Amino acid sequence: MTVANPRLAADTARVRGSVDMTHGAGGRAMAELIRDIFHKHLANQYLAQGNDGALLGNVSGRLVMAADSHVISPLFFPGGDIGALSVHGTVNDVAMMGARPLWLSASFILEEGFSLAELEKIVVSMALAARQAGVPVVTGDTKVVEKGKGDGVFISTTGIGVLSEATDIAGSNARPGDAIIASGTMGDHGIAILSKRENLDFETEILSDTQPLNDLVAAMLAAVPGIRVLRDPTRGGLSATLNEIAHQSKVGMVIKERAVPVKPEVAAACELLGLDPLNVANEGKVIAICAAHDAATLLASMRTHPKGHDAAIIGEVVADEHALVTTHTRLGGMRVVDWIAGEQLPRIC
Amino acid sequence: MKYVDEYRDQELARTVAAAIAAEVDHGRSYHFMEFCGGHTHAIFRYGVQDLMPENVHFVHGPGCPVCVLPVSRLDDAVELAERHGVILCTYGDMMRVPDTKQRNLIRAKADGADVRMVYSTLDALRIARENPDRQVVFFAIGFETTTPPTAAALKAAEAEGLKNFSVFCNHVLTPPAISHILQSPEVRDLGIVKIDGFLGPSHVSSVIGSRPYEFFAEEFQKPIVIAGFEPLDVMQSVLMLIRQVNEGRHEVENEYIRVVTEEGNFKAQALVSEVFELRKSFAWRGLGIIPKSALRVRDAYADFDAEKRFELSVKASREAKSCECPSILRGVKKPTDCKLFATVCTPQNPIGSCMVSPEGACAAYWTYGRFREQQPSKLEPAE
Amino acid sequence: MCLAVPARVVELLDNDMAVIAFDTLRKRISLAFVEDVAIGDFVLVHVGYALHKVSVEEAERTLKMMAQAGVLQKELEAISA
Repeated sequence: MTVANPRLAADTARVRGSVDMTHGAGGRAMAELIRDIFHKHLANQYLAQGNDGALLGNVSGRLVMAADSHVISPLFFPGGDIGALSVHGTVNDVAMMGARPLWLSASFILEEGFSLAELEKIVVSMALAARQAGVPVVTGDTKVVEKGKGDGVFISTTGIGVLSEATDIAGSNARPGDAIIASGTMGDHGIAILSKRENLDFETEILSDTQPLNDLVAAMLAAVPGIRVLRDPTRGGLSATLNEIAHQSKVGMVIKERAVPVKPEVAAACELLGLDPLNVANEGKVIAICAAHDAATLLASMRTHPKGHDAAIIGEVVADEHALVTTHTRLGGMRVVDWIAGEQLPRIC
Repeated sequence: MKYVDEYRDQELARTVAAAIAAEVDHGRSYHFMEFCGGHTHAIFRYGVQDLMPENVHFVHGPGCPVCVLPVSRLDDAVELAERHGVILCTYGDMMRVPDTKQRNLIRAKADGADVRMVYSTLDALRIARENPDRQVVFFAIGFETTTPPTAAALKAAEAEGLKNFSVFCNHVLTPPAISHILQSPEVRDLGIVKIDGFLGPSHVSSVIGSRPYEFFAEEFQKPIVIAGFEPLDVMQSVLMLIRQVNEGRHEVENEYIRVVTEEGNFKAQALVSEVFELRKSFAWRGLGIIPKSALRVRDAYADFDAEKRFELSVKASREAKSCECPSILRGVKKPTDCKLFATVCTPQNPIGSCMVSPEGACAAYWTYGRFREQQPSKLEPAE
Repeated sequence: MCLAVPARVVELLDNDMAVIAFDTLRKRISLAFVEDVAIGDFVLVHVGYALHKVSVEEAERTLKMMAQAGVLQKELEAISA
């Protein structure tokens, strides 16, 4: 993120009006935008260096890097917004490697005509999320595209974290006999977004679960350093995540549908719209796989943490060359938990 | 969820399963056709087959409005959205269905057409009110259950003088389709398809009542049990069908008494017949042309009929070669009998109509049933 | 086919509209096709419209019928014993 020219007069009244092409053109307007919105709210020692990149300190341990782009509609939703989401998404991607996230970068692609006040709201929310997660945004970039070539704002974030030598977490580590644990209720985020997006005005507000998970993961690793797999079940929900891991580890999985935590209002919305909560996105949940003898310890460590008190053992890893994920249904039969084809759409039949 | 969860209860399911096991005649097999996709979905979603004895089989029927809509009608909808520039309002189910060119409404939307997914015709009306300078077309699909809400929207548009709202009507009727299946040579003469009884539609029957099925029970000597869509409803209805078969009866029985009456919903029926009339015939995807099997907007409401308001090019429907949907929809073949199943034709790339909707037999097999061919089913041990 | 859920009417509004509660979820729907609906009644909701009342008595009776499905089995066992 280029530093603002210190000779520019402070003028926060700029945070009215809307984004125009000059905000991306490298001149005075761009410098003011960076100073009055990005630096003002995201302030930290690295941004204050004022160079094209951030000089980061020494780190002992292996480095982890993860990237995530955010293109969400609506930009503001019950329980969060694109700003908070862009921090949580990348912090969680780093945390899912078992690493401690240290720094974030943020790149904004703004559409001509986008309200500067809305942009400021997003950046304020981002700053708050970064502070709560304890991971500063140390560098960034801004580009402006012509009207019609963007969707208001796109945010790309990259995270760097550090991994202790003892940790070995990978999607290919699941072994037959391992326990599968979910940190909380499934489907909250997807239903929150859907209910605001597709003419589905519920009188009940369903909140997104978007939150950083680095503190929960740290507590889990402290309790059970030998966790084998961590994954946050975002797009495609639990079913996509379990299928991914099953394929990577070449194992099958058997879960118990009744053991999967789902909020009553989310279950009701899914029922009404013909969706399966197992296929609906989450933004603040982790799926952990560990050896059976560690399961009780890991579950206890999760349940004592505020972000994991609904945690539950939802099933186990089994040997299966077909890498099928199946579930015991509530009724007592069996079915496949499939990887869905594209986005789940509400249905009437 | 009151009056939902109770009908998914594992203990109760064991009780009904035990009764079914005790009452089946092991010297014979039972083939029951579930007409509705809703039943197909419930059977697979809850693994109902695992709770059935070996000799009780489900034959999947054509009761999925998305599956039976001819592809030419989808071409029309795409044309409305792209060439006529209307706001096309549709239920989510239709968004992914491929047209003749293997495009769909999601694609059309990405290419700039104004396609909006709605939950209800009430939303389509609201969109018409909010956009007085745009033509809004509601892409109406569905059986008797979904028809009254379309009729209500059309009446409301007339009452309000909402001149920019019209309906592209594709509503179809259940009894002619059941009749078509029962009249087909495979069932009637050749005996290739064995149907010992029917699980009757649940929500369709909430509107039309149980009386329309009496003709089938009598004419074709088949028992019919109107069944709710919850898995326990399906199981209880199977038990009732088994009892009828064992006793040599062929009556219309109603398991879904909490909603379905003999007469159905008179108010909804009256509104539907005020707004709609029978088409001479309608092409069903996979079943062919069935006389008097669909509805169109009456002339009195011609102003609100999208087919009259917009010039649509005439299109012929072509079904994919070597796709077995026609046989699958009639219960002649299983999805796994089709060469395309799970090779070329998948939910990501549906070729035939049965793979298009989650209620289609092929999609249900793909999503929930594949492992049955790969491993013996395991029942959860009682807790 | 025809996704519909049984929901409780919690508020009656103008123009034949109502608010229903499906478990903890509330939604506005139309009562255009049902008559004499009172607060507390259960209705079957499909695409934003109540299609029919749900009879609470019959719902309970169906569950009882299911629970008794095994009775016959016990009788059979008694006969064959």
